[in-house]
Amino acid sequence: MEHATVGFPILTMLVAVPAIGALLTAVVGRKRPEFVKLTALLSSVLTGALSIWLMAAFHAHDGGFQFVSKHPWIRTWGISWHLGVDGISLFLVVLTGVLFPLVIAGTDPHHDHRAYLAWLLLLEAGVMGSFIALDLFLFFAFFEIVLVPMYFLIAGWGYEQRVYAATKFFLFTMVGSAFMLVGIITTAVLGKAGPNGSVSFDLVDLANHASFAATTGRWLFFAFAVAFAVKIPLFPLHTWLPDAHTQAPTGGSVILAGVLLKMGTYGLLRFGVYLFPEAARWSRPLFLTLAVIGILWGAIAATMQSDLKRLVAYSSVAHLGFIVLGIFAITSQSATGAVMQNINHGISTGALFVLVGMIYERRHTRQISELRGIQSVAPVFAGVFTVVMLSSIGLPGLNGFVGEYLVLIGSFLTARWWVVVATAGVILAALYLLWAYQRVFHGPVDDANRGFAELRWREAAVLAPFVAIVVFTGIYPKPMLDRIEPSVKQFIAHVHDATGYVEPQPAGEGAP
Amino acid sequence: MTPTADVFVGPPIQWSSLSPMLILLGVAVVLLVAAALTPRWPRRTYALVAVGGALAAVVVAVCLWHGRGLSAWSGSADPTTGSSDPVRFLVGGAMRFDAFALWLTVIVGLAVALSVLVTDDYLEREGLSRLAPEIYALYLTAGLGAVVMGMANDLIVLFLGLEILSLSLYVLAASHRRRTQSQESALKYFILGGVASAVFLYGVALIYGASGSTNYTRALAAFVQNISPHRSEAMALAGVGLLLVGLGFKAAAVPFHMWAPDVYQGAPTPVTGFMASAAKAGAFAAMLRVLVVALPTWSADYRPIVWVMAVLTLVVGSVMAVAQTNVKRMLAFSSISHAGFLLVGVEAAIHDTTHAHPGDGVPSTMLYLLLYAVLVIGTFAVVTLVGRTGDGATDLAGFRGLARQRPVLAVAMTVLLVAQAGVPLTSGFVAKFGVITAAVGEHSYALAIIAMVAAVIAAYLYLRIMISMWVAEPDAADAGREPVGTPLLTSIVIAIAVAVTVVVGVAPGWLISLAQHVR
Repeated sequence: MEHATVGFPILTMLVAVPAIGALLTAVVGRKRPEFVKLTALLSSVLTGALSIWLMAAFHAHDGGFQFVSKHPWIRTWGISWHLGVDGISLFLVVLTGVLFPLVIAGTDPHHDHRAYLAWLLLLEAGVMGSFIALDLFLFFAFFEIVLVPMYFLIAGWGYEQRVYAATKFFLFTMVGSAFMLVGIITTAVLGKAGPNGSVSFDLVDLANHASFAATTGRWLFFAFAVAFAVKIPLFPLHTWLPDAHTQAPTGGSVILAGVLLKMGTYGLLRFGVYLFPEAARWSRPLFLTLAVIGILWGAIAATMQSDLKRLVAYSSVAHLGFIVLGIFAITSQSATGAVMQNINHGISTGALFVLVGMIYERRHTRQISELRGIQSVAPVFAGVFTVVMLSSIGLPGLNGFVGEYLVLIGSFLTARWWVVVATAGVILAALYLLWAYQRVFHGPVDDANRGFAELRWREAAVLAPFVAIVVFTGIYPKPMLDRIEPSVKQFIAHVHDATGYVEPQPAGEGAP
Repeated sequence: MTPTADVFVGPPIQWSSLSPMLILLGVAVVLLVAAALTPRWPRRTYALVAVGGALAAVVVAVCLWHGRGLSAWSGSADPTTGSSDPVRFLVGGAMRFDAFALWLTVIVGLAVALSVLVTDDYLEREGLSRLAPEIYALYLTAGLGAVVMGMANDLIVLFLGLEILSLSLYVLAASHRRRTQSQESALKYFILGGVASAVFLYGVALIYGASGSTNYTRALAAFVQNISPHRSEAMALAGVGLLLVGLGFKAAAVPFHMWAPDVYQGAPTPVTGFMASAAKAGAFAAMLRVLVVALPTWSADYRPIVWVMAVLTLVVGSVMAVAQTNVKRMLAFSSISHAGFLLVGVEAAIHDTTHAHPGDGVPSTMLYLLLYAVLVIGTFAVVTLVGRTGDGATDLAGFRGLARQRPVLAVAMTVLLVAQAGVPLTSGFVAKFGVITAAVGEHSYALAIIAMVAAVIAAYLYLRIMISMWVAEPDAADAGREPVGTPLLTSIVIAIAVAVTVVVGVAPGWLISLAQHVR
């Protein structure tokens, strides 16, 4: 099949535009501070437009990598600048492209706009790069480079415990990366997947030509998995997340939940399971169990939180558990669901963080106990919150349902008992979110909350795209599924080719 | 060779191949003579002469690099290595002349040039300009010593290089006459260094006793020919051990690192940068030469020792760095941790000796030395500026508010620190990636993982400095501090260091291919 291309290297542009934007913002802002926001907004909007164009030009029903661009970078080590998207990464690219302009337009730092916006754009370049890199070295470079802007965003513009949270985030992620770097190098050195048996860091070469002894493959898989498990975060490596989320500025939290965590799940799928299918199947029980523990643990911890932002942070732990469940169930349905859930969680949790940020700006507190009766003074705000919250709970008709449902259905075939337990997480999600909603929005309004301002136009403009995506995807997910499914099918076929794994099909009536 | 007649016949001397060293020595002598006999030269002239000399050595080395393999220079090809790049022996087999030696010359030449530039501003600020010619001459001789260490093909020549380097450094460490810490650090360095030299010399003697020669080639031949006889085994092993101690001391490898934090902290800051770059380069070059070229027959015995040394150096360097509050001390421990990474490369290079197909141990270690030298000189140049007059404000508090006062300097320091932490797209990552690849290529997986985890611990210390610069609120005491100056030459050095860090980080291909010639 003819793979989609456009006349210019669109994927390289997706990385270059925000990177150049960051540089411009930093340089322009020195002399003309009034242009800082405009420069940043324009570069992020341009990136967003490119990503949407990419989605429009993407060939649905084609499972392979599209828009591929490949140039040698460090020849001696077999490293190339290799970019491409398929159905698994496409919507993550679009999500990144859409979230950043919204964050830049919608949230303001308290000081020093220039540095804040420059770091944000640099972050966007790194995130984009890690979603489209098809070379292990390149992926690692982007995966690591993301830490620096995120560290400075949290440490520079966060709340009281920001330095602690930022340092914890940086070090946790870096420990994971340490293992992954050794894993990547070992994979390349032992894989010898380049032409004539030379060392190559190319993902496609390695997936197709390298074969590892079972034990070696398992060790390597674990080296990768540790890094991704920290990033996702998977229980019990999740402790950095509530701190980072709570202490980060609103924009940082949105990006962190929206796209940064997805680098973990995406990486697990693209680099972990794809390169080492045998090891992934072998370690299924472990990861399924951790995922389910994460779902329950996240939900229970979220219920107990008194801080609204922390509550949303713990709900992320639970939601990402579903994604990991979907990945390790290894059926096309569950994996499609996992990819969907990646996007949906980004949208709904991102929107929740925006809303919590707005509450904090108005009331200067995130304590649930100090908020009450907001619905009566700000009904529109409450309405938007309701829609987003219901999408996060997974109400049918909204986007959260599609992914979660597919994950649970798909996993039931291969991981029945894990699914049975995980389903309880769906109910718990309703419990903690509805309970929080009830405490914050219902009840008689007290004096402190009487002045709670209604949604402003600018805020509405930022939230409108979130709500639109939530509703549209919930009602009509087909365009997304059409683009995701072929790639997932090809992915499962790869696992089949590598390990002889046969995907169980749903049993019809009368089947044994 | 044995003289047959009463007349002593000296070995042939290949002047052209020795020219980088002769330039370093010549310029040093010129500076010393000029300082003694001529009236004071105008401001900055001494520095420019010294920098010119160091860069001339680099340029000549680069020219010789391009001329390798041509018949223009004489010498005899080395039959023992299968490398495509020929090795030539100079001065009757006392020195080796090859890509390795030239690469080291480039590292050392650059380190001398950059350090002299920083030192010139430093001396002016501290009111020590009178000492300029002597100090620059010492930099040049120290550089000469480091090059000799790497070029030596004879343990005695290596010892000469070691002593030239060490004696110059002792004086350099004491060169800030009015700071007692400077004197104290020099004395400590001198006493401990003297002991290490003695230990090293004892090792040389034992190797001579076991093999009958101090020449690498002849010692190797002797060991290869009678590998089994019990006569020499214990003696040789003791010799190897003592050599490792001596070289480990110079390289500041744990457990022979005790001197480093005190000396690094007390020495004038530009000199500290020079110790961490050129002296380290000389020590590691010598270690590679001795272990890989002269004593590969004992590699099975000393490899575990190097492995343990590497692990200890990585862990102790990183963990102790975190506990410090003085930035110079922190960077001293961080440089110990970097020495650990270099030892990872050395360990891989030792593995290489056991099989015919050469791995990446030597090239990756030498690449690391080059990139780290530029990085660390840049970092200490910033510390020199932040130390302010008197060179005393090097605790973390001294960095507070730097981002507000000198944003460009803070950005430069951030780039250098991020590179030291090994974040991708910086030269620091390229260096680390190289040695880790070499280690993995030799199946030293455990060492590779320990090294990377140690790098994470060390990253915490760089974060602490960055927090001080960017986030920490200014204190009442900070208002009274002298503002951080940015004199021209030091600024140039920092700019060069940052540029190299970023350019090599983004486009390392050419440098890595060049390093492949270094065997």
